[in-house]
Amino acid sequence: MARVPAWFSPPETIAAGAPDGDTVAALAARLEAAAQRRLGRSLALRHVNTGSCGGCELELRAVDGALYDLQRHGLRFVESPRHADVLLVTGPLTRNLRAALEQAYDVTPDPKWVVAIGDCALDGGVFKGSYAVLGGAGMAVPVDLTIGGCPPPPERILSGLRSLLEANNDGGPGT
Amino acid sequence: MTATETLPTAETIACRPWPRLVLPRQEWSDFTATLAERPLVLLALWADTQQVHALFRDPLTQDVAAVSTPVEAGAYPALSPAKPNAAAFERMIADLWGHEAEGAAPASPWLDHGQWLQARPMAARPEPARLADPPPEPVDTDTPLMQLSLGPIHGRVTDAARLRLQVRDGSIAVAEGQLGFSHKGAMVLMRGKSPRTAARFAARLAGDSTVAHSLAFALAAEAALGVEAPDRAVALRGVMLEIERVAVHLDTLAEVARLAGAARVHAQCSALREHVLRATAEAFGHRLMMDCVVPGGVAVEMADNADAAILRVLGQIASALPGLRRLHEGSALASRLSGVGRVGVPLLVQCGAGGPAARAAGHGFDARMLNQSGFVPAARARRPDTLGRQQQRLDEIEGSLRLISTTFQRLPFGPLTVALPQESGEGIGCAESARGDVWHWLRLDHGQIATCFPRDPGWALWPAAEAVLLGAAVEDAGLIAASFGLSVSGMDL
Repeated sequence: MARVPAWFSPPETIAAGAPDGDTVAALAARLEAAAQRRLGRSLALRHVNTGSCGGCELELRAVDGALYDLQRHGLRFVESPRHADVLLVTGPLTRNLRAALEQAYDVTPDPKWVVAIGDCALDGGVFKGSYAVLGGAGMAVPVDLTIGGCPPPPERILSGLRSLLEANNDGGPGT
Repeated sequence: MTATETLPTAETIACRPWPRLVLPRQEWSDFTATLAERPLVLLALWADTQQVHALFRDPLTQDVAAVSTPVEAGAYPALSPAKPNAAAFERMIADLWGHEAEGAAPASPWLDHGQWLQARPMAARPEPARLADPPPEPVDTDTPLMQLSLGPIHGRVTDAARLRLQVRDGSIAVAEGQLGFSHKGAMVLMRGKSPRTAARFAARLAGDSTVAHSLAFALAAEAALGVEAPDRAVALRGVMLEIERVAVHLDTLAEVARLAGAARVHAQCSALREHVLRATAEAFGHRLMMDCVVPGGVAVEMADNADAAILRVLGQIASALPGLRRLHEGSALASRLSGVGRVGVPLLVQCGAGGPAARAAGHGFDARMLNQSGFVPAARARRPDTLGRQQQRLDEIEGSLRLISTTFQRLPFGPLTVALPQESGEGIGCAESARGDVWHWLRLDHGQIATCFPRDPGWALWPAAEAVLLGAAVEDAGLIAASFGLSVSGMDL
């Protein structure tokens, strides 16, 4: 067996003990706070149409468009409720769409918010009392925030969503 | 109209401005039997508790007439064997009034998904519904093809509808729209109200054509009562209609560009649209001009100097148009869109379609021809595909800019509304929305709506789009739907 040259032998080191638990915990807390502040300001939005005339959709598209630019606030539309933090419900809740709204709510992971956008999603708007309309989104799922208007202008939608972002930053629903 | 010449025994009902003929059952059957050879376009088929009504347009003379037949023992001879686009209307009539179309192919319910409080809610005596679970999503177990069921919650920000596709080797073999999800029962809510009160519902049938629906409804009510809106109201209505067209066309241009991956066109068009809506909010107090057009005139006066603000935005659009045109010619976007969603005039006429989709294919109907004397539609047969429809919309935006600025040059002064008499009558009104021709029919009984029907362009565009989707690549389905401007709320009623 060949002799190991001296320069190949490992340097003499002292075994390191575990880092100080308190320091680690403090650092981790600081990192988490910073990350929450810097990176956590983001919500995935899923639009759920419960029988809208299309007016609220036009304004939602405007919010998503170039001038209001949702994404700079950390808000973005996703294509499945499974990926969403927030359900944006528009339109009077028609009886034909109640099951669809309930299904969308059920598959949205916790914690989740429901925002009713427009007078129709609030309480059925002009369509309340119809044989085909249940009322607002609240008839099927718990609503956290309402943004009124027929349809609400983009500024109002955006300010509502940003207040949600602030609230989310202070702790999500149910915390 | 050629249809009326052959119907000497028909009873003519005083419906303004176009007549309505009531045919006994046998003559209706004879008339419908000849329809397959006639070039008449079926615009709408609807009912009341006693009769079934069909609205036709002659594409050669642009004459319009309604033809009715009494419902006997809960049934009427079907129109769908001669006019296939009647099928969806017949299913709607069965759901709402319970009248059965004799001789039609058996079909499932259209609007009624078994969830309403009442069955046949528009019938003389609606029945309490037997509430059932929502129908399971239909699955075709016999087909070897891949099945895709999109909706009713699907896409980013869209309407509630279900599109069922069957796919063979990446291209669509079967496409079927399933609608009725957003049925709100607007017609029942409109009944028994004055036209002025019911206008709120007409304005909320379809958000992207709220001015067009309000205008067609107002014209129908005014025709029924024999009154005319004052000159200033007529001029302002024209301005609002064209602003709505510009805004919706920009929205459609932006949406198609987004789906085709042209971020720059999307950003530019959506920014221009936003500028239009802001100027509109300053001028008329509402970004979409909801409830601004009412029976008898307009509800709002234009804000002082708002015409200058609107013209400034329109100037911005006019200077952007050449660049947008270039981006739709010979560019990457153009080659992505060209050949996608091709549609011929015969299919469009068979579906009763109008609007930019039909004009891009060379079918030159525009409801503004009926309302404004001397109006020439911007239809030059170009390309019947998605690219052609984009270019058509750019042309129509230019036409609308011209119409608005000419109107502003001679904006008459005077009152905004006339009082509506508490009388009875029947009227039809139409308006050209950004998606196509909107028609409203109503009958007033001592100043209150006895019965009414709104015909949204969606009734024609959905079957046309379904036919166009056949053979298309699956990934183009969203693009084709956006380029037809499919929206469901108006036809879900």
